[in-house]
Amino acid sequence: MSDHPFALAAPRGAVSQAPSGPEYIVDRGFRALAWFAAALILVLVAYIVWKIGGQAMPAIRDYHLDFLTGSSWNVQEKRFGILPAIWGTLYSSLLALTLGGFFGLTVAIFLTQGFLPARLAFLFRLIVEMLAAIPSVVFGLWGIFVVIPAIRPAANWLNETLGFIPFFGTSLSGPGLLPAAIVLAIMVLPTVAAISQDALNAVPYRTKEAAFGMGATKWEVILKVMVPTAAGGIFSAMVLGFGRALGETMALAMLIGNSNQLTLSLFAPAETLAALLASHFPEAGPVEVEALMYAALVLLAITLLVNIAGIGLLTITQRKISGKA
Amino acid sequence: MSAVEAIQDPGPSAVRAGSNDIAIDCRVEKIMYGQFLAVRDSHVPIQKGKITGFIGPSGCGKSTVLRSLNRMNDLIDGFKLEGNVQFLGQDIYDKSVDPVVVRRYIGMVFQQPNPFAMSIFDNVAFGLRLNKFKGDVAGRVEHALRRAALWDEVKDKLKASGLSLSGGQQQRLCIARAVATEPTVLLMDEPCSALDPIATRRIEELMLELRKDYTIALVTHNMQQATRVADITAFFAVDISKGGRTGYLVEMDETARVFEDPREQLTKDYIGGKFS
Repeated sequence: MSDHPFALAAPRGAVSQAPSGPEYIVDRGFRALAWFAAALILVLVAYIVWKIGGQAMPAIRDYHLDFLTGSSWNVQEKRFGILPAIWGTLYSSLLALTLGGFFGLTVAIFLTQGFLPARLAFLFRLIVEMLAAIPSVVFGLWGIFVVIPAIRPAANWLNETLGFIPFFGTSLSGPGLLPAAIVLAIMVLPTVAAISQDALNAVPYRTKEAAFGMGATKWEVILKVMVPTAAGGIFSAMVLGFGRALGETMALAMLIGNSNQLTLSLFAPAETLAALLASHFPEAGPVEVEALMYAALVLLAITLLVNIAGIGLLTITQRKISGKA
Repeated sequence: MSAVEAIQDPGPSAVRAGSNDIAIDCRVEKIMYGQFLAVRDSHVPIQKGKITGFIGPSGCGKSTVLRSLNRMNDLIDGFKLEGNVQFLGQDIYDKSVDPVVVRRYIGMVFQQPNPFAMSIFDNVAFGLRLNKFKGDVAGRVEHALRRAALWDEVKDKLKASGLSLSGGQQQRLCIARAVATEPTVLLMDEPCSALDPIATRRIEELMLELRKDYTIALVTHNMQQATRVADITAFFAVDISKGGRTGYLVEMDETARVFEDPREQLTKDYIGGKFS
């Protein structure tokens, strides 16, 4: 582009030149591609919701909101209700998040706050992340053959001695909420640990230095400064972990007991939405498929709501902490 | 010549001062980071109720020496100090001394303002709570903020985040946080280097105000700042003769003397702007 005014004014021998025409075209093409990729994702999400909603429509028309509050699943009588499954989904996920969140955060603190030499911490982090690579069905088998036998004696002892407390109200005969929640907690742990580690690592060194400079002990530095400063990121780790637990299917279908009942007891079999879908789809007739589509829509709505609420809360807390209200 | 003999003579006025006037008597033989010799042979007495300024070119170890006065350097892997640092007659590097306790009596203000991601009030109350202070926390917080010349600007928004303040305000908040627990000595590591001239001016006025009650040691990269606020000035330089970059104390005396009639040629060159 030697006719560019800068080129004409530049001294002889100047190497600088304007980008060529094709370079501008590549620029524009790349921008269009990026827009297209972003739009594709939005379209895909909308398409999935629309398609499932469409197939669920007959069921929505037939059962309205009774579907959400009913508690029987009877194909012959065409009576469908998913209250126990909603309850079981939230209950098992909350239990899993309590366990997995606590240990995930502890692991994150252990790996980021100088308790281990850097190389060992890196190795440890890889091992924790490898937990996420174990297939769900393997976790399910492990739950059936290891977790259930391991916790059965303690569970039954609790039921015999403290059975008046609703949480211990039944004995553990096999699959049930507690083994499902334990396995789910292990599946949630790598997510919580990894994101919490990133959050703790993102706290500036000068903040840590300030805390030590005030004469805080190592634990005071961690609990009073590092964790509160990283609270936003740790919170989003918990939300993502919760989202993962809500949607987990295979391990839960194997461990939850698939029993459509509302229960507080940790040892009773129960049901979750994802497990309900997985176990009923293979043999479902057309009417039941419509009901299952409705259940799928509800599961989708719950996970979307949890994630949106999580992102919203995270933004609010981060704004508060950084003072950019 | 042994390392002890090589320790610099602190200068006439510092010698004249009786040992009762010394808050921290810092005698460094060597400060090592792993195999790297960072500072050698420096005797730096910090006098009570005065501002001692540390000046010198980059890498001269002035910050390293300051940070070894309250064991902040213990956070760095491989740090090792040979010599001893007497604080009120006690060697703070003695094995029986917990660095956490040292830092509770010798407060610190850092180069970058570093308030915690919590409210202005909680920032100042942090040290009070850490030390299990049972008295009037709100009163102490107000007192500390007044002394840091910040009260009028923040009294209506004590619940706002400390990070919502401007850089200069954040640094004054950090000073309030440090003085709230009434430490014996205040260490300030280039406290104005991230601030604009107006904020710098305010912090300098504040230092002169705080001198009435505190002993202050101040690292500064700015020679004018040393002449404006420091009573005593310690000039450090870098020795590159043995291949490394090792800092050492060249001379230390009353500020006017160091700037007007330095004893060492090196000091004269540095003050004259021949190197920085």
